[in-house]
Amino acid sequence: MSARYGRGLLHLAAALDQPGVLDAGPYVALARLAERGGLDFVTLDDSFARPGPDALGVLCRVTPATRRIGLVPTVTTTHTDPFRVQAAVATLDWVSGGRAGWRIDVSATEEEARLFGRRPAAPAETLWQEAGEYADAAAKLWDSWEDGAEIRDAATGRFLDRDRLHRVDVTGTAFSVRGPSTVPRPPQGHPVRVVDATDGHARTVAARHADVALVRAAAPAQAAAVRDELRERARSSGRHPDSLRVLVSLLVDLGDGEFAAEPGHGGGGPRPTARGPLYRGGPVDLAELVAGWHADGVTDGFHLVPVDPHRDLERLVNGTVAVLRHRGLFRTFYPGSTLREHLGLARPANQYAVTGRTP
Amino acid sequence: MTAHRQLHLAVAFPGSGPAGVGPAGWAGAHPGSRLAFASFERLAHTAERGLFDFLLLDEEPPLPEHRGRLHELDPVGGPEPVAVLNALAEVTTGLGLAATVDAAVGEPYDLARRLATLDHLSAGRAGWRVADPADARPGADFRAADHLDPYGRAAELVSVARRLWGARSPGGAARPFAHRGRYFDIEGEFGLPRSPQGQPVVIQAGESERARELAAASADVLLVRHAPLETARSRHADVGRRLAAHGRTPGELKVMPQITVVLGDTAAEAQERAAGIRRQRITPQYALYALERIWGTDLSGYDPDGPFPDTAPSPGPPDPPEAGGSPSRDDRRLALAARWRTLAREKGLSVRETVIEASGRQSFVGTPDTVAADLHRYADEGAADGFVLLPQLPADGPEEFVDRVVPLLQERGAFRTAYRGGTLRSHLGLPQPAQDR
Repeated sequence: MSARYGRGLLHLAAALDQPGVLDAGPYVALARLAERGGLDFVTLDDSFARPGPDALGVLCRVTPATRRIGLVPTVTTTHTDPFRVQAAVATLDWVSGGRAGWRIDVSATEEEARLFGRRPAAPAETLWQEAGEYADAAAKLWDSWEDGAEIRDAATGRFLDRDRLHRVDVTGTAFSVRGPSTVPRPPQGHPVRVVDATDGHARTVAARHADVALVRAAAPAQAAAVRDELRERARSSGRHPDSLRVLVSLLVDLGDGEFAAEPGHGGGGPRPTARGPLYRGGPVDLAELVAGWHADGVTDGFHLVPVDPHRDLERLVNGTVAVLRHRGLFRTFYPGSTLREHLGLARPANQYAVTGRTP
Repeated sequence: MTAHRQLHLAVAFPGSGPAGVGPAGWAGAHPGSRLAFASFERLAHTAERGLFDFLLLDEEPPLPEHRGRLHELDPVGGPEPVAVLNALAEVTTGLGLAATVDAAVGEPYDLARRLATLDHLSAGRAGWRVADPADARPGADFRAADHLDPYGRAAELVSVARRLWGARSPGGAARPFAHRGRYFDIEGEFGLPRSPQGQPVVIQAGESERARELAAASADVLLVRHAPLETARSRHADVGRRLAAHGRTPGELKVMPQITVVLGDTAAEAQERAAGIRRQRITPQYALYALERIWGTDLSGYDPDGPFPDTAPSPGPPDPPEAGGSPSRDDRRLALAARWRTLAREKGLSVRETVIEASGRQSFVGTPDTVAADLHRYADEGAADGFVLLPQLPADGPEEFVDRVVPLLQERGAFRTAYRGGTLRSHLGLPQPAQDR
């Protein structure tokens, strides 16, 4: 399998979710901790179905307190306006100097639908198809300003070069938007799109539109199979498979001490639970697992969701990451400044740009 | 008359919105400065140093079109304001943070949640300027705002948002809500408790009868145009009567004219600077563009520094009838053209000189002393509760005002010398909204 030989750098991300927390302080503290560990990015999940703040707003707040780490809020494509959402994600990218991501999700419950009263709940298959159209419209709006469209030419009094702005007119199944956007093309071109591809319906969107796919898998073979499938589907939709990073997403509980893995599940390896695969054990064992799966070409890295945010993230950074760094398996500083650079992903070309024009 | 009535002060960021820099006044700024976080941070720090009540960031309007093509002269393109304000909350501690968000689009649950998030993360410093539906510009409908009555929708949106903000008990326990109105039919539980200031401050703008009435019914701050003292006083009294009719007391709605200020060491120097700013704002290209917008035809053959056109614009197709029996857009256009032609003929002005002459004077021009005295007089004589400073050029922050006028207002006892509370409501002296029953 070529993927094993094409193994790239190890990528690590962590979730900042802290149910019930409305103050900025705890989010800022955890994001700084994760940045000290050199993680590629942090995620903050969001759903209208449970109490809590707007994730994109929280990560905007974190931005001035951090310098390098990627910031990836969840924003649903159901019940929201694609024009506004792409503008908000682009703004996070501008404010953070190219560190924004967007975890694309859908809202399938009747409860959420009633908060908006615009349409009844729809099945996941429909919602993910809409999510694909939505992601495509967002990319068009990000590209609707070419880089350098703002010319400020004092001689002619022109602020803009209208030839470098592009009309967008998309009618999807559940929305219609027109552009150009009101926000110029963000620093990364396209902020990094993250899709949890565990659900089969999400996999098409992940293969087509995601820069990072998350896979909740408890066993290496399962993770490798989904990764192979995603790469193959990315290839068949015209992308280079290496433009997609696949990370295994695990719940981590590092509270039981260094070697206190529960008996019966293979020395601390993850096991399936109702909330997804859970790793319970010590931070050094977790480093073993991370290094092993990555060395075997099963995954490009891990997205780790702490069960106890403060305790587990602290142990993750000071234990697991320290071990991986000591072995030369993980970065000790950020060589790049944007999230795309951390992930080794190229800045995408503008779909509207005419090549060969003088800048 | 109170001897020392306290003023409230705010500043708007040079966006391209209705409160923005406007005509091509961007010369001299750096590319990307409308997006760099450092620009916003600098402005916020200056405003906070000046102990301003709040900073107002406008939502970017859709890109303007002119004669079927995108218009190239105005500065456009900027960030989404709520996202920027969340970041500014990290680098400020007292300043109120207000965003203009369109009420003609957007869903109440999502909007209320995003603003409540800003309010919590900033510990009670959030404000929401409900964009005046009358501000709707060409192209504004591209975000699916297909409503027959934008005022009705805006009013319902504000009232639903306020209901959601108060929908939880003080202890934070969720209480279900249900709303069935003309525009929204929603139910469930709101995901956030009341913020440290109860709920975000609601700011409305507009001169029209309906806008004023809407503000008197439910807003905390009303933004208005600058007007001469007498006019401003009678406007203020009118707002006070409307407030009373809604069972509210005069202090519950702050009336804040949006003003431009030019300072100088002498009155003559200030006048000279003011004229220079007007010239800088109206470039030759912009002067022709302004003319084309009124004439509705291609005037690119005219020399901006040459004589004013001697033909009147031709009447366009009649507008659909507008609410309130106000003159139609086409009538206003023709009247404006007639005024400009008269001005050019009487004073012998070129195209550009006419546009500069007609494009409006700055609100307060003078030495720091006279400007402070003028502002104080507006407050003392019940013509304004405070002011929102509009920048005139992109590089033009409130630094000079903060350094030279604020200390004089403080000496007069007309402006705070420290933030007394932590929330925007406390800065504005507004009561906490009553708990939803």
